[in-house]
Amino acid sequence: MATRNKLSITLAAMALSTLFFASVATADEELRPLRKNQMTEEDQAPAMLEYQGKAPGAQQRITRNFAKQPPLIPHSIEGFRIDSQVNICLACHDRPSYKAAKAPKIGDSHYRDREGKELKHISMGRYNCNQCHVPQADAQPLVGNTFQAVKMK
Amino acid sequence: MKLTRREFIKTSAVAATAAAAGVTVPGVQEALAAAGGDAGVKWDKGACRFCGTGCGVLVGTKDGRVVATQGDPDAPVNRGLNCIKGYFLSKIMYGKDRLTTPMLRMKGGKFDKNGEFTPISWDQAFDIMAEKCKATLKAKGPTAVGMFGSGQWTVWEGYAAAKFYKAGLRSNNIDPNARHCMASAVAGFMRTFGIDEPMGCYNDLEHADAFVLWGSNMAEMHPILWSRLTDRRLTGKDVKVAVLSTFTHRSCELADIELIFNPQSDLAILNYIANYIIQNGAVNEDFVKKHVNFAKGATNIGYGLRPNHPLEQAATNNGYPGPDGKPKGDPNAATPITFDEFKKFVSEYTLDKTHEISGVPKDKLEALAKLYADPKRKVVSYWTMGFNQHTRGTWVNNMIYNVHLLVGKISEPGNGPFSLTGQPSACGTAREVGTFSHRLPADMVVMNPKHREIAENIWKLPPGTIPDKPGFHAVLQNRMLKDGKLNFYWVQCNNNMQAAANMNEETYPGYRNPANFIVVSDPYPTLTAMAADLILPTAMWMEKEGAYGNAERRTQFWRQQVKAPGDAKSDLWQLMEFSKRFKVEEVWPADLVAKMPEYKGKTLFDVLYANGQVNKFPLSELQKGHPNTESEHFGFYAQKGLFEEYASFGRGHGHDLAQFEQYHKARGLRWPVVDNKETLWRFREGYDPYVKKGEGIRFYGKPDGKAVIFALPYEPPAESPDKEYDMWLSTGRVLEHWHSGSMTQRVPELHKAFPDAWVFMHPDDAKKRGLKRGDVVKVLSRRGEVVTRVETRGRDKPPVGLVFIPWFDESRLVNKLTLDATCPISKETDYKKCAVKIVKV
Repeated sequence: MATRNKLSITLAAMALSTLFFASVATADEELRPLRKNQMTEEDQAPAMLEYQGKAPGAQQRITRNFAKQPPLIPHSIEGFRIDSQVNICLACHDRPSYKAAKAPKIGDSHYRDREGKELKHISMGRYNCNQCHVPQADAQPLVGNTFQAVKMK
Repeated sequence: MKLTRREFIKTSAVAATAAAAGVTVPGVQEALAAAGGDAGVKWDKGACRFCGTGCGVLVGTKDGRVVATQGDPDAPVNRGLNCIKGYFLSKIMYGKDRLTTPMLRMKGGKFDKNGEFTPISWDQAFDIMAEKCKATLKAKGPTAVGMFGSGQWTVWEGYAAAKFYKAGLRSNNIDPNARHCMASAVAGFMRTFGIDEPMGCYNDLEHADAFVLWGSNMAEMHPILWSRLTDRRLTGKDVKVAVLSTFTHRSCELADIELIFNPQSDLAILNYIANYIIQNGAVNEDFVKKHVNFAKGATNIGYGLRPNHPLEQAATNNGYPGPDGKPKGDPNAATPITFDEFKKFVSEYTLDKTHEISGVPKDKLEALAKLYADPKRKVVSYWTMGFNQHTRGTWVNNMIYNVHLLVGKISEPGNGPFSLTGQPSACGTAREVGTFSHRLPADMVVMNPKHREIAENIWKLPPGTIPDKPGFHAVLQNRMLKDGKLNFYWVQCNNNMQAAANMNEETYPGYRNPANFIVVSDPYPTLTAMAADLILPTAMWMEKEGAYGNAERRTQFWRQQVKAPGDAKSDLWQLMEFSKRFKVEEVWPADLVAKMPEYKGKTLFDVLYANGQVNKFPLSELQKGHPNTESEHFGFYAQKGLFEEYASFGRGHGHDLAQFEQYHKARGLRWPVVDNKETLWRFREGYDPYVKKGEGIRFYGKPDGKAVIFALPYEPPAESPDKEYDMWLSTGRVLEHWHSGSMTQRVPELHKAFPDAWVFMHPDDAKKRGLKRGDVVKVLSRRGEVVTRVETRGRDKPPVGLVFIPWFDESRLVNKLTLDATCPISKETDYKKCAVKIVKV
């Protein structure tokens, strides 16, 4: 088997005594991990990132990649309670309240139980909103992703 | 908005009835219609790539690429629901830095341990691998070659790997990363029941009246099971949830009883519960008399550290060589005792003493004990890494069984202890296939001559092929690499540089030891790959036909949907193709070959895979419309042949698997599958075909059909905070990332949802050190340091004196801090307890 690799290689020798880890510079890209420095070196402090959006209401919705993707949360959810007594998300997104709150409505799938039976109320199996819906920090992707979405109806 | 319990009950009373009546769910067609989109998208069923829950997913492909995924409405596990990771499965294969060609460290056109990674062909890759492997075998024999595998391997990959090493190379130095997550559960099952894996199943979630979580943050780590538990808690009548942890986390938000205990004191709490049950006359005496034996386990068993460690010098039953060269006791030893002796043993664990050890308020301890003791309440206990990653991990597994056995709450709907699995196929591949260094398929072990004989017969090998001593387990492998005793090492489907404890002192020096040749197979340039000498680009998930076994004994299949990029090949292809490089005479001694002269001149591929069994099924049996890269290459239906040979180990022996084709049709089946029927609750008449009429209950893993209750004490952890290193460190996961993040950190949405691992700390601890949220700090242990920021108001809320850091983030390597102490019986590392200090940067 001959390799089909067409990368041209530039060798950038890097001998760091015993603490060595190699990198390969190529015409297009470099073989490197997500970590920005050597794994044996001291960590770089993470950037001070905040989650996008402040209080709910003013943000644009984040476009979905495919039909059944749970919508991402464009606003801050800091301090939002979801526990056995209170679910703050429902206050704006549940069927009785979304119109007044001008918030996106919870999907119809959430008003069916595990066996597919229609419920008058949101299914308690869907009660933990943050299992599927998450906010987004102002972070750059660590590496590109070549996933291509298809057009949705 | 406030929703009262009453409202929940009112709105969902019908739901429980519908569930019981088995109302049908919307089929795939309906779901697909709802998904809408491009008509050219083709859909098929698959299994999630992440945790041990084993959710069913539907995978949409177009033009040779995965373009969408969604929860499978027909999958009984998740009924169309996924967690945030599961919903983004469609992106995990498309990180821009996918590896597409083998890469070897080279200098001047030749391999050099300090060379640059250089693209080579598969031929060249296998040339250098075979050269290094054969040179090692010649110089030092089979104990110097090894492999670290995975609970994320497909069933046939693990099977092919175990066979290649244990039978082909005649080395038992193969272990899966499941050693880090499930080994204590395995050892616990084997000691108490004599057979591995849970007796119950997920259906318990809809039947129990109380759920007790022991060291499990289900809300984040098993979100779909948590959604089922939440449904039951909020719609059932008087359903209670108790959560035990060393810090407050998301699962506590639903807890009726939250018990935050001092690290390691779960041992005392479990004995207190047993004591409470006995003192309050709550023992199910009939059950105990008929189905239970009592035993006292060996104590002072050490901490699985290197033999020269002071703690091991002091241990009397760690099994290490003593001054006279003989083993110091056996950590796994136990002697029979009576019920009265057990009663006396646990009577020391009074409410006062347990409160003192654990720090848990007395009323909470009592409330917890009552849940188990109340004969009218059905209880399921769930646990994950808090129990398993524990220097007494085997013990705590035994001790939760003690509690359930004393009250007879086991093996029936809504009653039972249930060990949750971390990885998608820790059960299916690591445990059932037997990829551990001491195991063979279907719970058999290499130390047992009868088991070796069975395996050699099925594999058509000469007697004496399989070595009789356990190989190096995961932690020992890293030590042996560092010590230069394990010199040819192949890593597949895991990221152990990031995952193993004590990276600075053991893992990294081991991989970079000039005496060793390290091969890493991975789809991405992980830190483990970057520390290797040779990287093999690997096909993943839907780029191969696969099978996983989840935590409830459910075996699930998927077909290959797309082709891998470039020259990337699956682990299975790599293993089988590499086996062609070895002639039998090169790896087996002459006297072994002489026992089967027909194998003379043959390759390991011929002997292991083209053996008339694995290559029995022709390509005509492949499903049309799906690629099957491995089978098309080898000229036979490799996955089917491997599966059917493997399944012959367990059929008729309590581990029955269905026929291969059935799994391609079903949404998984729970073994034992006998007469085409899956088994939901084992060991109980009426549910389990292995329990005969009139027996009622039979724990048939043990020869006398009785499970064992163990008397085991509280013993201190390996390392506790002191004046200098004054905080506990616990590590763990977060919802948005899977393990070391090699897949999920490459999905932009998941990265943005949880970008970096910060150190979670109590506000008082921060204040004491002059810190506020967001400050940059150095976390130091005796072994290394990590730089990150302080989080005082995040989802995890440690008590004063403890910090938590998730381990997914390769830019913050928390395993530079951890100690490689293990349970001496299971050899599983304790990632939850070591001592650190925090310094402002």
